[in-house]
Amino acid sequence: MKKNESYEEFVKGIWRDNPVFVQVLGMCPMLAVTNSAVNAIAMGMATLFVLVGSSFLVSVFRHVIPKQVRISCFIIIIATFVTIADYTLLALVPKVHKELGAFIPLIVANCLILGRQEAFASRYPTRLAVMDALGMAGGFLLALFSLGAVREILGDGALFGVRLFSENFEPWIVMILPPGGFLTLGVILLFFNWFKYKKDEFLADVAEAERGGS
Amino acid sequence: MTADAGKQPAAPSSLRLVLTLAIAGLVSGVAIIGIYQTTLPTITANKARELREAVFKVLPGVSGMQALVYRDGRIVVVPQPDKDEPVIYGGYDEQGDFVGYAMPGAGPGFQDTIALLYGYLPREKQVVGMEILESRETPGLGDKIYKDAHFVGEFSALSVEPEIVAVKKGTSTQNNHVDSITGATISSKAVVRIINETHAAWAAQLPAPGTEPPLTGGPADNGTGQ
Repeated sequence: MKKNESYEEFVKGIWRDNPVFVQVLGMCPMLAVTNSAVNAIAMGMATLFVLVGSSFLVSVFRHVIPKQVRISCFIIIIATFVTIADYTLLALVPKVHKELGAFIPLIVANCLILGRQEAFASRYPTRLAVMDALGMAGGFLLALFSLGAVREILGDGALFGVRLFSENFEPWIVMILPPGGFLTLGVILLFFNWFKYKKDEFLADVAEAERGGS
Repeated sequence: MTADAGKQPAAPSSLRLVLTLAIAGLVSGVAIIGIYQTTLPTITANKARELREAVFKVLPGVSGMQALVYRDGRIVVVPQPDKDEPVIYGGYDEQGDFVGYAMPGAGPGFQDTIALLYGYLPREKQVVGMEILESRETPGLGDKIYKDAHFVGEFSALSVEPEIVAVKKGTSTQNNHVDSITGATISSKAVVRIINETHAAWAAQLPAPGTEPPLTGGPADNGTGQ
């Protein structure tokens, strides 16, 4: 039972409550750094580290932090993890750090992270909080990667820098420019909403059939 | 929130609030200092390596380098240039003989500042290599200033006298002409302008050819000043 509970917290972030496609949070890094798959994954990993670290600490100290100063405490915790991620990336992968530029420090302002602390980590036991953070960050990473992969394949004819098409492929340069981010995100959101609509329709049909049958 | 509020004391004293924040701030500060100190050597080494690679790329045949600055009317060797002080790099071959200068320059491009490094031989008055260090030019068009081998190759034996001129692609006739990139004329011209401006700023300060400062610390010095 306990196992199922934490599994449920993990899975909901990946799919049902996906932070990007369903909650539409974290749009700023989503549109800005998804011009290649590598950048998207680096951003996703940095966010994962920050979110899991902060959720863990916030949940551990949830009874110690007075609620009047909780938001300030959350921000201090988040900012510390972001600084650690920033310097680590700069030391280990300077090229990726240069590409991501100002968007690493801006993880502090990602409402997905503060939102999870306020809505979940500060109210639930540590194990659940970490699972929730892993799920949400996993969902965010997945969303960043899908956008980054689509944009890199169409805009550069490559994935992770490996050419996919022959020389005759003319890259859609617009896809790696800002409009490409909006276009791709729009199409993906459209798909998610269509999927949800179809699912609701299907469930309604099933309910009706059951009522008719009984 | 109501369930939580019941567990906590009705109104914690201001002292407790201040203390909580102070402790959080202190722990956070210590953690940040820790990570800064841990990563600093790697970051400094990375930067020095990148600079060395760029200098060796723009000055063929160079195996040692040192930082040079203009102080009190002449070019002198400094182990560690001051912050914000304009600096150029002297490149030396295996025997420790002076080869040429690697000159950093920066200026506005089509979108943002372009920072570059170019190799300059004072005796021949020629640019022998150019490397873009930083640019945010348009992907697919302006970024050809470093992705297009033909354009970068234009800077391999380029006379700076009277000055470098960017001309329409395919019309380069003189050895001070650079073929512009079709569709990225502004970026091409920006690169040429940055080199011209940097050259003009330093030309009068460089010592006469043959009187450049010798390599200090011998040919084995890696020139990073460490």
